[in-house]
Amino acid sequence: MADTPRVPSTLEARSITLGYDERKVVDGLTVTLPPGRVSVIVGANGSGKSTLLRGLARLLKPSSGSVLLDGQDLRSLPSRAVARTIGLLPQSPVPPGGITVAELVGRGRYPHQGWFRRWTPGDDAAVAEALRVTDTLSFADRSVDELSGGQRQRVWIALALAQQTDILLLDEPTTFLDVAHQVEVLDLITDLNRGSGTTVAMVLHDLNLAARYADHLIVLKDGRLAAQGPPAAVVTPGLVREVFGLVCTVIADPVAGTPLVVPVGRHHTAPVPAGAGTGAAS
Amino acid sequence: MSASTEYLRDGTADSGRSAGSAARALAAGRAARRRAHSVRAGALALAVVVLFAVSVLLGSYTVTVPDFFRILGGAQIPGASFIVLENKLPRALMAVLVGIGFGMAGTIFQTLLRNPLASPDVIGISYGASASAVTAIVLFGASGAAVSFAAVAGGLAVAAALYLTARRGGLGGYRLILVGIAFAAVLHALVNFLLTRADLRTAAEALVWLTGSLNSSNWDRAVLLGGALVLLVPAALVLSRILQLLELGDDAAAGLGVRVEASRAALILTGACLAAVSTAAAGPVAAVAFLCGPIARRLVGGPPSLALAGLVGAVLVLAADFAAANLIPGTSLPVGVLTGALGAPVLLWLLISVNRSGQGG
Repeated sequence: MADTPRVPSTLEARSITLGYDERKVVDGLTVTLPPGRVSVIVGANGSGKSTLLRGLARLLKPSSGSVLLDGQDLRSLPSRAVARTIGLLPQSPVPPGGITVAELVGRGRYPHQGWFRRWTPGDDAAVAEALRVTDTLSFADRSVDELSGGQRQRVWIALALAQQTDILLLDEPTTFLDVAHQVEVLDLITDLNRGSGTTVAMVLHDLNLAARYADHLIVLKDGRLAAQGPPAAVVTPGLVREVFGLVCTVIADPVAGTPLVVPVGRHHTAPVPAGAGTGAAS
Repeated sequence: MSASTEYLRDGTADSGRSAGSAARALAAGRAARRRAHSVRAGALALAVVVLFAVSVLLGSYTVTVPDFFRILGGAQIPGASFIVLENKLPRALMAVLVGIGFGMAGTIFQTLLRNPLASPDVIGISYGASASAVTAIVLFGASGAAVSFAAVAGGLAVAAALYLTARRGGLGGYRLILVGIAFAAVLHALVNFLLTRADLRTAAEALVWLTGSLNSSNWDRAVLLGGALVLLVPAALVLSRILQLLELGDDAAAGLGVRVEASRAALILTGACLAAVSTAAAGPVAAVAFLCGPIARRLVGGPPSLALAGLVGAVLVLAADFAAANLIPGTSLPVGVLTGALGAPVLLWLLISVNRSGQGG
């Protein structure tokens, strides 16, 4: 999106502990988001996925440890300067009633504007580009209230894009979307990553979509790192069983070749195909 | 609509050119929105001027335009000079100022808490000012500026208490509003109790703190209120940009580089001060703070600016006060009686529509 090639920024957490009040949710976690890649954070409910993302996005202050942006503590950097490098799509945001798509996305320009600086053609260009990339230009003048869930989510992504950041953090960007829109949103995020080298980190619930869209998978269990690495190396029946408590078979996704988790429940189990690894054996 | 079709056509063109013209179309759309907003603000400002003139020139005592300018020029017209200079002018001026104060205060809270019910009169800030003023009058025999200061202190105390109480559980949603409604009920009861303890003359004086009235307007109060607004209105206008971002939710605002806690505290302080100084000047003019935001929102069909809400407030209070003063010949009703009567049906309508959509405003 920027005209000049950017040196990718690096965001890392160094033994951070995060929580609400007294309760520790993320406990002494160290993780680095590979620059220019898509990282997906997965884990069971309550494992601290969203909490970790909120910590990386400086929405939560670590009780110990620190989050470093290019080696500097996020807390020591001016809030607006950070917002020019790290964009965030929070979980299920609510648009102000009656606001138009263009107005909402325009608010993403705040970190680039001073207190009294007027709107510039550069701001318009950034908003137009964000709308074009997310394919929302055609309803720029419409009220966000009128849009469908999938369209709305694209508009919120456009808001984060108008911020023009190197790093994009997304907290469950596919919640409340039907499966077609989930794939559409994840494809869009992949486009952004491949097109402009944006470093992406997102929380996803669906392990199979995570395995398909992630370059780097970060698996949490009880607030600690259970595993990380490329999905093909990380997603195994043993890990799924350990982390999610689910007995499953892992096969190659017939479309993408990425690991595909097929749960083994108590019912509807046909004979296991020969050659497929299974966690049920042990 | 022509702008939309232009985007559609651009979608098929090559992306480089389309991005440029899309940006131009966006700029045009933004300019059109700003123009529409300015037109409405201009119309409201004109309404303020007209209503101001009507209040000063017409009503129970009619003054001709030439006489009015002669009086302003210093000419002494028996009777007329006194009524215009000491009664009608300060009263109309206070109506404008109180309207601006309540209108902006209400919209700040409604936007910040993302709920049209969250205006300072509903969540107890105005009643905090009332209760404190009545306490000062009834128990300590205070009068004049001392009462005003007591009112401001009371309003701010309730705002601080609300902030601290609701903070632990997050300020969003209905939590702060429910706590505030409870505060308002207790404070209202306190005012009623104090009035029963007061002698008749004091009680009549303190009664204004129940509904709000401009009947005792004078230059001292107008100047005091004007001075406070000269500081508070620019502060509110500067903070309104941050308010627009906080409206997206705390997380989204923080992601955009807003220092959420500090900004929210500054906005609550400014809003509470606006409500408190207005209440100190004219009592809790019922429902004005609560009505302006939704009316302004209707006017622009989207999130309203604070300036627009303030103008709506000025129009509302000027019109209501003129009507209240002249509706029943020989009796000057408190303005709050009229605005309160106007507010009740709107409150019901909001309760129903908010409930139906499952979210605030």
